[in-house]
Amino acid sequence: MSDVQEAVTRVHREEWARVVAALTRRFGDLDIAEEAAAEAFATAVERWPADGVPPNPGGWLTTTAARKAIDRIRRESRRDDKHKEAAMVYDDEPPEPVGAIDDDRLRLIFTCCHPALAAQTRVALTLRMVGGLTVPEIARAFLVADTALERRITRAKAKIKAARIPYRVPSAEDLPARVSGVLAVLYLVFNEGYLATGPGTDPVRHDLTAEAIRLTRLLRTLMPGDGEVAGLLALMLLTEARRTARVSAGGELVPLAEQDRGAWDAALIAEGHRLVRERLAAAAAGAAPGRYQILAAINAVHTSARDVRDTDWSQILALYDQLVRRDPSPIVALNRAVAVAELDGPQVALAAVDRLEGELAGYHAYHATRADLLRRLHRGHESRAAYDRAIELAGNTAETAYLTRRRDQLR
Amino acid sequence: MRYLVSVIDDKDDPGSTDRQPAISRFNEQLIADGYWVFAGGLADTDAATVVDNRGEQAVFSDGPFVESKEYLAGVWVWEAPDLDVALRLAAEASRVCDRKIEVRPFQ
Repeated sequence: MSDVQEAVTRVHREEWARVVAALTRRFGDLDIAEEAAAEAFATAVERWPADGVPPNPGGWLTTTAARKAIDRIRRESRRDDKHKEAAMVYDDEPPEPVGAIDDDRLRLIFTCCHPALAAQTRVALTLRMVGGLTVPEIARAFLVADTALERRITRAKAKIKAARIPYRVPSAEDLPARVSGVLAVLYLVFNEGYLATGPGTDPVRHDLTAEAIRLTRLLRTLMPGDGEVAGLLALMLLTEARRTARVSAGGELVPLAEQDRGAWDAALIAEGHRLVRERLAAAAAGAAPGRYQILAAINAVHTSARDVRDTDWSQILALYDQLVRRDPSPIVALNRAVAVAELDGPQVALAAVDRLEGELAGYHAYHATRADLLRRLHRGHESRAAYDRAIELAGNTAETAYLTRRRDQLR
Repeated sequence: MRYLVSVIDDKDDPGSTDRQPAISRFNEQLIADGYWVFAGGLADTDAATVVDNRGEQAVFSDGPFVESKEYLAGVWVWEAPDLDVALRLAAEASRVCDRKIEVRPFQ
């Protein structure tokens, strides 16, 4: 890739959301903002190889995009109401100070994650408007057809406009509830990258995990005081740190206990641990930790052990107990049972897992966990049946390969 | 921005019937805060008549245009600056009426 191409790619990653956010604030219309931003990047691809990369690429793009937006508004006579005229008058307004622009991006995130939009739509819209991913990229990530996704995004933008979903950070009283929706979207994006589904898909989609981390980092700089934002960032970093050790050269999932811990990313672990320590200090001062902070703490315990035998399982179990009180979901109970197996043995854990059948019978990890416990209890026939069911339900190619090998090792 | 706020009742699972005093207090607050445009409760769907005069002559049929267990029991029209304000009021309205509420913007 040439230097200029590289610069365009980097600027796109760093500046896309800023440009879209600035234009949304100015023109009050996501459609105009997005299309003008896309046109400005297309112009950059055309011009920068000959003219060179401008000294302030973000400013250049915002200015170019604003001109494109005005051209478009002029072309479309139906838009030339007073409001749009007014927007055009301030053609040469000075660039906004950085703080205001960051606030713009935060507004954009909250607009895309508005509770009046369907959950799937929030993910797609955030990736498109804030992440700058293309429709085919998002469609591939979530295994939907381009046209269906395009329709969903178009419909969401139309609803934002028609119902007047505001472009702003929610008021203080709504903020905690709305932040949790944003975090759920980012965690979904991360998990889809970390355990990508689909037969033709890479088992780990680094593009998605990286994007989720980048957006969560952005949220963290915008809301440094929010404990759950810090918790989710720590959770993602500590998970991402194990990414390369998680799939073998043969494309098979390597479970935590068998991973080469020397291959873990020490810098990401150190950063994640720093954030967890910060949250532990806040918890000691009386702040009740939320779900992501507890999950991050569990991952901090795992990543603190140099060898799986050194894992502090009683601390992990204590953290799961804390998590169950906050989030009594069957999936949390299933993960807790894995820690129980290490402390009290597979027999006790299996009893706990079996109680979850009603709720988790359709979830591959339920059967995978049962299969492993039954294997450890030398109940080969039952274990094989559980592996069969898990393989049937698992959507991740690396996981299927791992489960298949485990099953075939049973006598 | 004007929003049509519909009160949805459910024939299988009707809301409580003693809501009128609370609704009146809520309406007074809407008026005081400047959100109120219009409101009205509707008679039962049994009282509805559908008229179709697209053909040669008008056809009148007894009952609502769509038969479903959920039906429109009443409406508000609110003037609100944006959807966040409308949704906050709608959340309150749903509690006050003990029914589901649909919020829909006017064009």
